[in-house]
Parts: sequence; structure tokens; C-alpha cells
Amino acid sequence: MSNIPSELKYATSHEWVRLESDGTATIGITEHAQGLLGDMVFVELPDVDDSVSVGDDVAVAESVKAASDIYAPVSGTVVEINEELEDTPELVNSDAFGGGWLFKVKLDDASELENLLDAAGYASSIDED
Amino acid sequence: MTNKTVLHAKHLASGAKMVDFYGWEMPINYGSQIEEHHAVRTDAGMFDVSHMTIVDVQGTDAKVFLRRLVINDVAKLTVPGKALYTGMLNEAGGVIDDLIIYFFSDTNYRLVVNSATREKDLAWMTKQAAGFDITITERPEYGMIAVQGPEAIAKVGTLLSAEERAAVEGMKPFFGVQIGDLFIATTGYTGENGYEIIVPETAAEDFWQKLLDAGVAPCGLGARDTLRLEAGMNLYGLDMDETVSPIAANMAWTISWEPTDRDFIGRDVLTAQKAAGDQPKLVGLVLEEKGVLRSHQVVVTEFGNGEITSGTFSPTLGHSVALARVPRSVKVGDVVEVEMRKKLVKVTVTKPSFVRNGKKVF
Repeated sequence: MSNIPSELKYATSHEWVRLESDGTATIGITEHAQGLLGDMVFVELPDVDDSVSVGDDVAVAESVKAASDIYAPVSGTVVEINEELEDTPELVNSDAFGGGWLFKVKLDDASELENLLDAAGYASSIDED
Repeated sequence: MTNKTVLHAKHLASGAKMVDFYGWEMPINYGSQIEEHHAVRTDAGMFDVSHMTIVDVQGTDAKVFLRRLVINDVAKLTVPGKALYTGMLNEAGGVIDDLIIYFFSDTNYRLVVNSATREKDLAWMTKQAAGFDITITERPEYGMIAVQGPEAIAKVGTLLSAEERAAVEGMKPFFGVQIGDLFIATTGYTGENGYEIIVPETAAEDFWQKLLDAGVAPCGLGARDTLRLEAGMNLYGLDMDETVSPIAANMAWTISWEPTDRDFIGRDVLTAQKAAGDQPKLVGLVLEEKGVLRSHQVVVTEFGNGEITSGTFSPTLGHSVALARVPRSVKVGDVVEVEMRKKLVKVTVTKPSFVRNGKKVF
């Protein structure tokens, strides 16, 4: 069973969201998702200042095995991207909930977070996979 | 019903992630397939290939039977232990399987065929054997371990006695020798030096453990695929199948046209294809920018479309490479386009081989 931190919110499409103290949201993919994809070789990220809406395909995680779309779990404006992933995409494998974060969004509507799953909800959603 | 190799417990003990591979529960990786890939290119790695099918063909007619069955000519094999790579065709000239044949004597050969094609291979061989004085015997009581990489031979050497080491020392490529319990062959599927070792099931776990202790990294099917693709070696079912001529699968070099009176299965079809010159060909494709070429992507060329048969990210090169079947007029050095995720991306055509002995070769 992979690690699912209780302080994060989750989308059924395997993104995690962490609400930061400055009101932005950091987004990544879960440990479970990186395990399914295998060794990451490229990560295509959105551009800073891009406007994203819930469900948009905004990034691509490409592993040795497959290319997988990453969907925006919340709406807002991209304020930062994880440039480390350009040279070290394997951070997504080794530290999915930390150094492997993908991008940060300034939220349009913080109440959207309530539509996401908590850790228990995500755990049961991946049990059904 | 899932088959397990004799090394199944060893894989679990090494933390393998297991997947179903044509009915066999096999390790896909032991953590990181890229690290396993690098272990083989820079040091030594090992693969459990016990799922592969070993078939002994023996009897008075063994030689004449195999000269009919496969496109290469086993009459070229005269030194005991010598092996050749070849294909077995149907009457329409399509590849039923690719295989290695070891020669022991004119009445004794050992074939190693793919596990995914085991049943149809055995059925085809049995059908073709009618009228020949031979026996076809599957040898499931053996395990097989491929040890590959620049340090593979030295590391295997530490497990052998001085006498045994002398027996394998300096063995040329595509050769095998029986040493006690072990059949050690200088074959492989990675483009590196190393051995494929056939070991009795009862001794397989112990031998695997000794290799682990000697510092050989266990490697899964994931690394096996990226290594073979970098080496430009075909994978049956992707790069060729029963609908594909060996001429269209970079296997023409395994066809022995001489002597002209050798009537191998598919010969008339291949002869006509060769005369017509209209078969597509298998080439390499190199993508230097971001992205990974994948099987079944369309290749757009000025001579018509082709298709990627297998593609991957090359851990050695740091970018994507692929094998693709394209119109014969496409040349090495041409720039063609691949349809990737709804965009056309430019790629360069190369010979279908990318890495040998750790080095870029295109």
C-alpha cells in the first residue's frame, strides 16, 4: 500500500493538492500514480501565468512505459513550476509528495478544494482500480 | 493459470514488481528499470529468462528437418556448441517466431524459442516433423539466466572453478558449452558481452543467489526491453509477426539463400519478394527533442506512411529511439515525421541499431 498523506487533497485522476499558507495550491501526482507509470523520463509543465480550469489537461508525465495526461484539480493561475523536473524528472518517482511537485496555482475559488477527496476517499478510490 | 519460474521467490525477495507476461508472472523491475538498464551498460545485470522455451531436436533427420524448418541454414554449423539466430516461417513467408539454434551434432540440436509463442511453435514443429526421423522434446526442467554487461563475464567467472573458467575463456560470440550442470552460451539480448546460462531447475535458486552475492544486479523485463531496443534487436509480436516477412523485419541477414536447392519453408515467397523489391524495411528512428516514440505511431515519409513497431526512451542516450517499418525507398539520414500526441514531430532515420557495448553506434 502506498503512502497517502492525510493533510493533502486528491483527485481520482491521481493528482494531489496542498494548500499553502500563502493561499496558493501546490499540485503533484501521487505515489500510487508514479508507481503505475514507472520511471519518469520527461515532465511537460504548463507555463507560469497560464490560466487553468478544473479538468484541463495541463501537464504530461512521460515515463519509460507511457505518456500520461495530468489534469488541473483546481482552477486558477499558474504562479510557479518545478524547474528541477527538467533535468531530474525522477524526483516524481523518488519524492512524489515533496521534491516531485509539478506546479503551483493561485486559486480562483478556494471552495473548489472541497470537491476533492481526502486521504481516505482517495485510498478507497484506488482500491477500486 | 499463471506460470511461475523456479526463481519466483528470489524475485519477491529482491523486491520485484511482478507482472503477467503472456501467462508468466515475471519481474518488470526491482525498483527502477532505468537503474537496472545502466547496471547492464556499465557493470553487470541478470535476467530470469526461464520462461523461454527450450526444445531439443534430435534424431537421424534432425539436420535435414531444421534445414527445411528455418530460413538460416544449420548446415553452416559444424563446430559443436556453435549457434545461429534465425526465423521460422509459415508457408506465406510470415515469421512464426525467431529463435536461436545450438548445434551439438548433426543429430542433436537445441532450440530456444519465445515463451509467448510456445504453443504455436511446438504445434508447427510437430506438424512439420511428419515423415522425419526426429524427436522434439521440450525441456521445462531447466531454468535460464542471462548475465549481461561489461563485467558479466568476470563476475560469472568468480563462481567457476579454474578448470571451468578455462573452458569458457575466450569463447567467441554465439557459442555454447556444457560445463558440469551449466550450459553457458555467449548470447544475449542487450548488445553487451555476457552469457545466457541454462541451469537445472534444482540448482537455479542457488546460482541466482551466488550471482547476487557476486554483485550482479537483478533486472526486470522493463530494462530488458530498453536494452534490446537500444541494441536494435527485434521483439516478436511487436517488430515482426506472422503477417510480416523477415525481409521487412531486418532479418534478411538470417536468410541463407545458398545453396539454392535447399527448400526451406517460405523460400518461394521470399524469392518473389526479393525479386519484386517492394517489401518495406525496418529502420531506426531517433528523436532528439522531448517526447517518447511509441509502438503503432504513424511515420510520415515522402514515399508513404510507415509505422513504429517499438519505441522507448533510451536511458543510455537520454532521448527516444524506435524501430519502424517504412517504405523501402526511405534512406538512412532522411528526416521523416512521426505523429505523436496529435502533433507531427521530426525524427532522423538511422540503421536499426543504437547502442553496442555501452556506446552510441549511429
